[in-house]
Amino acid sequence: MRICVLIKQLPDTGSALKIRADELWVDEDNLVFSANESDSYALEEALLMKEAQGGEVVVVSLGPERVGQVLKDALAKGADRAIHLHDPAWEVLDSLGLARIMAAVLKEEQCDLIFTGLQSDDTGDGQLGPMLAELLDMPHVTLVVETELSDGRIKVKQELEGGWFQYVTAQLPVLLTIQSGINKPRYASLRGIMAMKHKEIKAVGAGDLDLPADQWVAGRTLQRLYVPEKTKETVFLEGSPQEVGAALVDHLVNTAKVF
Amino acid sequence: MGKIIVLGQMEGSQVSRISLEALSGARQLAAATGHTVLAALFGPGDPPEQLAGADIAEIIRLPNAELADYSPDHYVAAAEALIAAEQPELLVTGHSYQIRDWLPRLAARLGRPLISDCIGVRDAGAGRWVRPVFQGKISADVQTSPGLVLVSFQSGTYRADELGSGSPTVRTVPVDLSAVESRLQREEKFQEAKGAVDLSRAERIVAVGRGIGEEENLQLAHDLAKALGAEVGSSRPVVDYGWLDHDRQVGSSGQTVSPKLYLALGISGAIQHQVGMKNAGCIVAINKDANAPIFEIADYGIVGDLFDYVPALIKALHAR
Repeated sequence: MRICVLIKQLPDTGSALKIRADELWVDEDNLVFSANESDSYALEEALLMKEAQGGEVVVVSLGPERVGQVLKDALAKGADRAIHLHDPAWEVLDSLGLARIMAAVLKEEQCDLIFTGLQSDDTGDGQLGPMLAELLDMPHVTLVVETELSDGRIKVKQELEGGWFQYVTAQLPVLLTIQSGINKPRYASLRGIMAMKHKEIKAVGAGDLDLPADQWVAGRTLQRLYVPEKTKETVFLEGSPQEVGAALVDHLVNTAKVF
Repeated sequence: MGKIIVLGQMEGSQVSRISLEALSGARQLAAATGHTVLAALFGPGDPPEQLAGADIAEIIRLPNAELADYSPDHYVAAAEALIAAEQPELLVTGHSYQIRDWLPRLAARLGRPLISDCIGVRDAGAGRWVRPVFQGKISADVQTSPGLVLVSFQSGTYRADELGSGSPTVRTVPVDLSAVESRLQREEKFQEAKGAVDLSRAERIVAVGRGIGEEENLQLAHDLAKALGAEVGSSRPVVDYGWLDHDRQVGSSGQTVSPKLYLALGISGAIQHQVGMKNAGCIVAINKDANAPIFEIADYGIVGDLFDYVPALIKALHAR
């Protein structure tokens, strides 16, 4: 059994973000990068499945040099090999272009399962998983919070809105987008870190794929980033904690009347 | 002039609120572009009363039995056939979980761009849209190429009661889905056993987020809740870590609440959290990050370390 996990590297949650002078992205100097949160849960789910059932876990990421780090981290945690998609021609992609590149790579891998996080915490499109499943002609389930694999079938618990859930069953191959909280992602062990050094990270560029360049021309491009316009007039309370505490209680009692 | 098709998502025999909001958004797009608005409804059953007097040119029905229950394979095939028959300029809907599940798949089949989680329109004619990035900390204007564009509007972007007045005609579009095979078997939907707390009835809520740091620090939130006569709620990460039960989670995957007071401790306020609490009467946010999106909707803001301010606030409440 082969499980492919798609991982995106992005600025650490809680990073102080500064919009770049050209207003087309954030300034990446001085930022700390890590794996997208739900992608970490997706990787852990794949590793647990491999440990229980056997097989191979392949991690895939697209991006510049720095992306090598999330692939190394995944290999140290127990993934078997990695594919790093990197090409200057792929600097500006939309979800569909990215999905077509991933599809061209994963077609060769013949995966039984493909896992991704439910969405990336930077662009937040939440499109790659279902798009990739369509391009590879396999079924998909989004927002998965539980998996159970047996006899070439997988039964998953899908999160719906407002606290509702549904069990969904499919024959492999299938693509799942994994919700945060499904498991407890592990840390790499020292032995894992040593083993990582002998594992393969395959570099793949545009020239290695059977995919015409017009397939990744963006139909959707970022024009400008900016700090959102405020919808509410916020009263900011300043001063010592004692002053602020007293002032807030006064506002809550006399202005907002919340008691 | 072209067509804007609004996909009306059904909740039982009613069109969902987020779909009505999308319809109201489509009317504004139509006013700006001169396009006409059509509402499309999947599945058997008569069009609901909600749309009878709305300002829509037509209601299109796809009454196939295969569309009565959700199936991504069938919904994608039906929408593909509908688009082939009607040739719309825009396909508009609400950004629900179900739409997130299948609309990207449709976009890939059609090879067309999808603006998911859209929160505004910069220029309808030019195809320029607004959507949040970095969990709502930053907004982005996004340009789409000429041709069909799919758009899903975030909840609350438009008002559900601005449907205008008109008398739409009803038309059935015959679509053959007999060759579509469903590759998923879906069981009945269910809710987890209800816990002890019903946050939707709480008058005051103290909600904790990632900024609480450690499980032991939750005691501070419990102490503040006690001083306020409030329930404790949380954003998603705190439940993911297993520190609080799922029934205390506020947001799109948890509870929707509207208390008199919502006091957010160390919650950045990603859009998925905001949709569950933005209708609170009074929102107070304490957060270290002055740019946290929670401050966009807060009535009162304290920029600083919650571990400095919360103990002082508890003291002030006791002195009241």
